Amino acid sequence: MTDFWFQFLLALDSTLRVATPLIFCAMAGIFSERSGIIDISLEGKMLMAAFVAAAVAYGTGSPWIGAFAAITVSIIASLIHGFACIIHRGNQVISGLAINILASGLTVIIGIALFRQGGQTPTLPKTSRFNSLELPLADVFEKNIPILGVIYKELISGHNILVWAAIISVGITYYILFKTTFGLRLRAVGEKPEAIDSAGISVTKMRFQAIIIAGILCGLAGVYLSTATGAGFVKEMTAGKGYIALAAMIFGKWRPVPALFACLLFGFLEAVAARVQGVEIMLIGEISSDLLIALPYLLTVILLAGFIGGVTPPRAIGQPYIKER
Amino acid sequence: MQASRLPRYVDIVLIPILNLLTALFVAGIIIAIIGENPFTALSVMLKGAFVYKGGLGYTLFYTTNFIFTGLAVAVAFHAMLFNIGGEGQAAMGGLGIGLVALSLGGLLPILVVIFLAVLGSALFGAIWGIIPGYLQAKRGSHIVITTIMFNFIASAIMVWLLAGMLMAPNQMSPETVSFSDGVMLWQMHEIFNKMGFDIGRSPLNLSFVIALICCLFVWLLIWRTRLGYRIRATGFSLKASTYAGYRPEIIIIVTMAISGGLAGMMAVNEILGVQHRVILNFTSGYGFTGIAVALMGRNHPVGIIFASLLFGALFQGGAELDFEFQTITRDMVLMIQGLIILFSGALAYMFNPVLEKLFLRDDHLIGPKND
Repeated sequence: MTDFWFQFLLALDSTLRVATPLIFCAMAGIFSERSGIIDISLEGKMLMAAFVAAAVAYGTGSPWIGAFAAITVSIIASLIHGFACIIHRGNQVISGLAINILASGLTVIIGIALFRQGGQTPTLPKTSRFNSLELPLADVFEKNIPILGVIYKELISGHNILVWAAIISVGITYYILFKTTFGLRLRAVGEKPEAIDSAGISVTKMRFQAIIIAGILCGLAGVYLSTATGAGFVKEMTAGKGYIALAAMIFGKWRPVPALFACLLFGFLEAVAARVQGVEIMLIGEISSDLLIALPYLLTVILLAGFIGGVTPPRAIGQPYIKER
Repeated sequence: MQASRLPRYVDIVLIPILNLLTALFVAGIIIAIIGENPFTALSVMLKGAFVYKGGLGYTLFYTTNFIFTGLAVAVAFHAMLFNIGGEGQAAMGGLGIGLVALSLGGLLPILVVIFLAVLGSALFGAIWGIIPGYLQAKRGSHIVITTIMFNFIASAIMVWLLAGMLMAPNQMSPETVSFSDGVMLWQMHEIFNKMGFDIGRSPLNLSFVIALICCLFVWLLIWRTRLGYRIRATGFSLKASTYAGYRPEIIIIVTMAISGGLAGMMAVNEILGVQHRVILNFTSGYGFTGIAVALMGRNHPVGIIFASLLFGALFQGGAELDFEFQTITRDMVLMIQGLIILFSGALAYMFNPVLEKLFLRDDHLIGPKND
């Protein structure tokens, strides 16, 4: 039993690690989509940022400069998305898709041109990464306080700064969206842009601000992948995480806190999937981790179809705003 | 899509070419930045795609894939449905072929098995299109999100089956056993050999002909049948379609069935034409390329054939880049593809204001502004 308990604790711990990029991207998606811009390019922005973070951190030796560069590039990708679908009123899904495919190609081409390692960056030394922080007294607590001490050591302590940043970003997103004038306007622009326009506020400007914030958050997700959990960039390292985050955002009904729980749930499923391969469970039989991985997508489809409560996306989502003359 | 006031030839010929050139121009700049000569790269690609022996065969082989997935996207587009699930539908199509070929191969005459396998691919692809179609029509879920999710679900199912119950015994890689002898489509170079021509070895097979027949089928369907009219009417205005008594929810489901079926048939080329067994990830992104193809081809079968040929040449020429350059790989093709989707899809109307000034100088031709 104690062994099961310990395994469970470790699964929760890896849940947090797996969920971190999902949380960043889900918050990015919320900002973008609440303002009325569909963003399926979370994946591509995260991939570009992951590459730039690793490449610059390798070149400069500083993860912070890497992170800064990565966020900049992710914002640029956001601006391309905005240029296409806010200014030129292009199709938002097509634009997002273009950015995703572009990211897959560009990261590898530039990676090969710079490092000649088949599209990877060289492995980053510990000093060029965001390392995990052992919280004070973790070992003392583990020995002296039963249960809570172990939880403190295994679950709370030993994460890198970006894990905490991800969780804090949920609070910030909530605060900005629901407690500030900016947030009110941002939500209004995604529901009824003409109302915001007649109030004398620029719809274009609001939407650009929203997607720039989305760019920053996707950038952080990429930084986390290549310079915090990973030690360098690997081809296609985002591996569909952007899409899972998109699913989590929808699963959380475009709201920050429910989306956080959706990310944790999906992260937990992935963490479990890595552990249960071949494990027999009573009545169900052997669980297939291959199928478990598809569960987030399946749950999202079921939710969207309205089988578990209704979902209402922002009303003006996907529609370019045409100012009346 | 906004209504264009430009002459028709500008809209369907000049703009696509202009968009393509812009994409290639940006790609050229990127190639120059990483220190290679874009013109050398272009000539290597063109030689690889058309000049070297068998190159054209490979180009047309890839073209076949893109015709199927491009048609799939286009048919859905006519009903204003954005099917980005071609990847999953094609994977399921491969599963359909595999199940038919592995269960009936050797039991029935070869031609019957091949015929059923082709039907199986269309059927399985169609099922993978019908479910998102149904969810959109009856339950109001957004087709873009559902088809994205269905791509991942299909991929998980394929891994589960190919590394599980369908996996060939004594094998390490996730794939089925080979189909029984003769369950395959004939290779073009063998057909031509028998007629006395040597066209060089390539994987080009009869699927190419099937793809061209599908183009004719789609043209007839969309512009010459009642169903096609209803599909376009539903895409044009859901309300009008309801008012006319077309039952748009049925039209949406049927459209997605046809779209999914066409995407599923891409597997005919890869699985029945070349591999003769089901392998993992044989779709390699061709489903997504179908979107670029449909965008460039303006959702018309003739346009799609030309756009598929372009992408076929890009893929085959891209393979050639691997041999000739140290720094440029096939990923270059991915990048160019992304640029093409950006410029001929999302930024399709970027040049419209400029062109309108050029072609519509007389004020009375412009008419009342309605935007």
